[in-house]
Amino acid sequence: MSTAVAAAAAAPAPAVAESYLSHGRGPRSWLLSLDHKRIGVMYLLAIGASLLLGGVFALVLRLNLWRPEGGLVSNDAFNKLFTLHGAVMIFLFVIPGIPAALGNFVLPLQLGAKDLAFPRVNLISFWLYVVGAILFLATLVVGGIDTGWTIYPPYSLESARGLGILFALTALFVVGFSSILTGLNFIATIHRMRPPGMGWFDLPLFLWALYATGLIQVISTPVLGITAAMGFLERIFHLGLFMPEYGGDPVLFQHFFWFYSHPAVYIMILPAMGVVSEVVSVFSRKPIFGYRFIAMSSIAIAVIGFLVWGHHMFVSGQSAAASIVFSGLTFFVAIPSAIKVFNWLATMYRGAIVLATPMVYVLTFFAIFAVGGLTGLFLGALATDVPLHDTYFVVAHFHFVMVGAVMTAFLAGLHYWWPKITGRMYDERLGLWSSALVFVGFHVTFVPQFLAGVAGMPRRYATYAPALVGHNRVSTVGAFVLAAGLCLALFGLLRSLRSGRPAPPNPWGAASLEWAAPSPPPWDNFERTPHAPPGPYDYSGLRHVSDEAGWVRGEVSR
Amino acid sequence: MSAHGPAHAAQGERPPFLAHHFEDMGVQLETTKLGVWLFLASEVLFFGGLFTAYGVYRANHPELFHYAHFFLDWRLGAANTLVLIGSSLSAAWSVRAAQLGRRRGLEVALLVTIALACVFLVVKYLEYSHKLHAGVGWGASCRPSAEILATLPDAARALPVPAQLGTFFAIYYLMTGLHGIHVLVGIALFGWLVARARQGHFGAGYYGPVDAVALYWHLVDMIWIFLFPLFYLM
Repeated sequence: MSTAVAAAAAAPAPAVAESYLSHGRGPRSWLLSLDHKRIGVMYLLAIGASLLLGGVFALVLRLNLWRPEGGLVSNDAFNKLFTLHGAVMIFLFVIPGIPAALGNFVLPLQLGAKDLAFPRVNLISFWLYVVGAILFLATLVVGGIDTGWTIYPPYSLESARGLGILFALTALFVVGFSSILTGLNFIATIHRMRPPGMGWFDLPLFLWALYATGLIQVISTPVLGITAAMGFLERIFHLGLFMPEYGGDPVLFQHFFWFYSHPAVYIMILPAMGVVSEVVSVFSRKPIFGYRFIAMSSIAIAVIGFLVWGHHMFVSGQSAAASIVFSGLTFFVAIPSAIKVFNWLATMYRGAIVLATPMVYVLTFFAIFAVGGLTGLFLGALATDVPLHDTYFVVAHFHFVMVGAVMTAFLAGLHYWWPKITGRMYDERLGLWSSALVFVGFHVTFVPQFLAGVAGMPRRYATYAPALVGHNRVSTVGAFVLAAGLCLALFGLLRSLRSGRPAPPNPWGAASLEWAAPSPPPWDNFERTPHAPPGPYDYSGLRHVSDEAGWVRGEVSR
Repeated sequence: MSAHGPAHAAQGERPPFLAHHFEDMGVQLETTKLGVWLFLASEVLFFGGLFTAYGVYRANHPELFHYAHFFLDWRLGAANTLVLIGSSLSAAWSVRAAQLGRRRGLEVALLVTIALACVFLVVKYLEYSHKLHAGVGWGASCRPSAEILATLPDAARALPVPAQLGTFFAIYYLMTGLHGIHVLVGIALFGWLVARARQGHFGAGYYGPVDAVALYWHLVDMIWIFLFPLFYLM
């Protein structure tokens, strides 16, 4: 971390004030920093490392599936790898990814505030994340877990599974509290620290998304925590809560697990939608279309998202009546998502679209999210879910939403805010090439998985019927193209730290308040609390001066 | 932390406990309270998982829950309920004393709260040790001794010991134990407040921490008010 930071810190500091990157030196000034920007950068590095790790697991899995009989790794190792791939990607990358890394950095800036409401809580949240990540990896030391990331009992809590599950459950508990504290901090900040003149409907939509995300984090995550605690004690003391052999109820565990883990899907996608709302408007040079509908659909998704968990349990012995209700509610939650998509497309209509890297990633998001969302309807419908359940169709569907949609939005946001975070412009040519590779690689990887799923390939198998070898080989090739695209994106961003052009305060001509601060911002963001802009998407007062000076407000003599 | 000091050394007129990122004490207090309320919401859901487990197992095994409640002494539960309600009163009193800047009253109210919380834990300890002594553990380790079975009312003594008794006590120990941990945390927090009150930190302009801890304490009290009838009376 410190090398990347040192490189950025060596940049000629903007004349205004000392940047947050050089305010305070040495590892302590970072590791114990209460500055939301430094914590955001630390989160970014930790989350990037998790993505790398989860990605390497994925590539090994795909290579093992090159041949129908497997054989690259043992079947036992394969089971452990897909479990850890899922757990690392979901709990360490996708859930905290956008809110904890980008949200931490951007949220106070968008409010014209100096920090989050509770800076100490923010630092605690980061360190809980680190402890949780170490605990997940510690499962490897005690033999790994092969239960799948859903850790369903009775299988997961049997004595024969070893002690890895205890580390995994502790990790879930700890990471869960990290997530709760982030959400709590975001909600309190958005409520109480808006600048004068900024009402609820003047908030950038990214903040509406983070607000809705925070609600889910605060309300659903504790249920995961208590479930992990109950599972932990059940495994050691055989309490008879979840294990049928002691009189417990394994389906109750599934209810608890999905009461968190389905809303968690919206913890993942809502911040992604927030990023998209920012980027699509800025790079269409047009105010966002249907602001209130996009804002309210975030809240609607958060609320309805709590009522659909049973659609993961259509084949778990849940009553038919419950399944029908959950299925109906599942269709209902698709409506606010569709509202957002139509509003984004209407924003682009007759806009002056700038195909910069963030916008290209957002267009990729539209393509992938549309497919990911619509294939969700097949799984929400009872009649089609039963044959598709636990096939690669499900794998492809949730990778479309979690990898395709969330990761492309993450990359869009990372490129969009990169100049603000580092004070450097990334290389646009490399950015565009990486986004093209990600688009192609992603579809080549996951479209064949839909087809394999419909053909009957079950998920989580190390071996498969020889007839499906074509699907799997194409998918494996795609995974490496996707990995190449991500490596190229990383290379482009890191290179900009050394050779990127210094970023002006407002390189994109965006109207929200984070672009009123210098790039990178000084330690306390704003000398005095700025007044709210005329509107977060009102570009009328902005003029492009030059590439070096970026965009400024008001009349400018050239 | 170190990063926080220097920037404000120059601004002498800022109140000593106003954090750098807040405009004034009023915003800071309101933000603190909102944060605590959000934390309490997550606490409710945290306990909510256990309350749900209670409901599910009670619905599946109503006879078990009826049988098991004879093992619990409602008089001890009722005494503890009164103790906790009293401690909530003294906690509320401490907030008032802080707002009025009455240092002595604040300290007394905080110490009374701590004392009552300790009484609660002593009673709980007596209950736990009595049960564990008589073999009434949780899960597979629940094998009640003949002596404790002899103390049950006639209606219960006529019945065989249900196989699932350990699951009832698992839920009992989990819920009351988690509640007990919250009481311990509360004692630590009130102790921290006493230390700060002795240094004269609190007054009409700054009482956010007292308010926050008292809010937390009321929730701990509330949870017990649900636990008492669910386990001891039903």
